[in-house]
Amino acid sequence: MAEHTDDASKPLTSLEKLSRRSFLSRAGAMGVATAAATVAPVVASAEPERPQPSGDPAAMPEIPGTIPITLKVNGETHQLRIDPRATVLDTLRETLHLTGTKKGCDHGQCGACTVHVDGRRANSCLLLAAMHQKAEITTIEGLGTPEKMHPMQAAFVEHDGYQCGYCTSGQIMSAVAMLHEPWGDADTDVKEALSGNICRCGAYPNIVAAVQSVRRHA
Amino acid sequence: MHPFDLISVDSIQDAVKAQSSSPTAQQGASVRYIAGGTNLIDYMKLNVETPAKLVDINGLNLTAIEPAANGGLKIGALARNTDVAYHDTVKTQFPVLSLAILSGASTQLRNMATTAGNLLQKTRCVYYRDTAYGCNKRQPGTGCSAIGGHNRIMAILGTSDKCIASNPSDQNVALAALDATIHVTGAKGEHTIPIAQFYLLPGNTPERETVLEPGDLVTHITIPALPSGAKSYYLKLRDRTSYEFALASAAVVIKQSGGRIDFVRVAMGGVGTVPWRSHEAEKALQGKVATPANFRTAAEAALHGARPQSQNGFKVELAKRCLTHALAEVTRQA
Ligand SMILES: Cc1cc2nc3c(=O)[nH]c(=O)nc-3n(C[C@H](O)[C@H](O)[C@H](O)COP(=O)(O)OP(=O)(O)OC[C@H]3O[C@@H](n4cnc5c(N)ncnc54)[C@H](O)[C@@H]3O)c2cc1C
Ligand code: SF4
Ligand code: FES
Ligand code: FES
Repeated sequence: MAEHTDDASKPLTSLEKLSRRSFLSRAGAMGVATAAATVAPVVASAEPERPQPSGDPAAMPEIPGTIPITLKVNGETHQLRIDPRATVLDTLRETLHLTGTKKGCDHGQCGACTVHVDGRRANSCLLLAAMHQKAEITTIEGLGTPEKMHPMQAAFVEHDGYQCGYCTSGQIMSAVAMLHEPWGDADTDVKEALSGNICRCGAYPNIVAAVQSVRRHA
Repeated sequence: MHPFDLISVDSIQDAVKAQSSSPTAQQGASVRYIAGGTNLIDYMKLNVETPAKLVDINGLNLTAIEPAANGGLKIGALARNTDVAYHDTVKTQFPVLSLAILSGASTQLRNMATTAGNLLQKTRCVYYRDTAYGCNKRQPGTGCSAIGGHNRIMAILGTSDKCIASNPSDQNVALAALDATIHVTGAKGEHTIPIAQFYLLPGNTPERETVLEPGDLVTHITIPALPSGAKSYYLKLRDRTSYEFALASAAVVIKQSGGRIDFVRVAMGGVGTVPWRSHEAEKALQGKVATPANFRTAAEAALHGARPQSQNGFKVELAKRCLTHALAEVTRQA
């Protein structure tokens, strides 16, 4: 293997290392034509079209082991095929491309994945999608839009209730649910009610201020 | 997560039939009921639970919270922890249960978690959760990594040289103090189990945590009425103010008359391998006047048999103070 061509023995840049195309072009240059030919179609589909999740389930490719389900999210009914192991969180993010709901711990410990299920908040990482086909699920995308924000979203902007923003959608879903739960008026009530939502940035004082501003004007 | 078949049932009989095909209802069950899923899915993601079949029981009509015989209360297996905690009768007659549930987990979790799921939740022992380590409870015969390992959160009462894991539930501590009964339908029909006989000490078989047999479905629990004038309270101590399991907790029920304690029940959490009813503390308090000195004597009695590990010796004093405070609070109300 000492007689590499100059081209192939040049060290790879980190970007080149990452690119399958550059790997193939180098492989091609080394004359591995058959390999290139078999791998080529994979490359062509390396950037697949976005799946159309709400399509006719009959027309969806039958991936072995998947099951057909119905999921009602933000007022829309979706017919999907999923792995029975898929959580509501993964189905929202990976299948429906509703990425506003975040994955932090995936074990019920952080609250980043909080959504409303029939009007009550829950950790979507611990819900199997196939078990919640009759439920009305609401995500941060169903709460408001950048043009027409929910008052709680507006309050988080107003009070700077975040730094990195990763926990924010979960915080807001919890805060909105809290409005119709039996809590007292104090700041300590907000802290307890939102204790299931961890903020790694420690934006807590501003989060409490945002939630209290909405509660005082509700 | 291992692959599984998911079925949903709409009758108790179908549920029992489906789970009866599992060789065990304990660790390693091949068929599992799933209720809120907040405990089971967590452990399935960690490959600590690997059932081949899940039986979704949420279609069963087991959510009611209603009066039972002689002033008691009946709580359906599928009643959500939130709904139990905020139920009027629970808040007024059995506040210890409401306080215990609300001190556990988060609102998101309590909204999904069910009464039976909470009863049967697994320990939070870090080695039980991690399949890279030996653990007699998860895999009998592989040793206990917590003995001599990270054991700060482990139990100090009811341990064995095979397992020292604590029962993590708050609800169960209140139910122990309330002397609840667990109602089960199984392959051989219906039966009832007093909570004092429901959980098994680890002994040589830590993988067996309850008396449940294959097919056994918890349908509801009942709580007998308390004597009129009885007060109850739950105090939980932990590493942070909220959203954390107990290091020590105390559920107390007390009635005083003529300046003396004439009805008392004590249970402790965070310190026992099972929800820990302390007859020793009860004996020390029965007929006594509510004074700090008598509370301390009761606390000493409750922790008398404590066997701390290398890192959790602090729990002995913490648990005593926890019980003393809880007793002071509940008798102050009376
Ligand atoms: C981050 C986090 C923090 C938590 N903190 C606390 C806390 O501080 N205090 C506390 O007490 N708890 C706490 N919990 C645990 C929580 O209370 C439990 O996860 C919950 O109660 C389990 O209920 P479930 O209905 O979701 O059970 P599932 O996950 O559905 O089931 C649990 C077990 O019970 C069995 N089961 C369920 N229903 C029945 C039935 N009817 N008959 C027979 N078997 C049945 C299942 O097969 C399974 O083995 C916490 C959980 C998490 C994830
Ligand atoms: S304490 Fe029990 S659960 Fe924890 S490692 Fe030891 S045997 Fe396993
Ligand atoms: S991702 Fe669900 S609670 Fe952390
Ligand atoms: S804003 Fe960064 S985690 Fe909360």
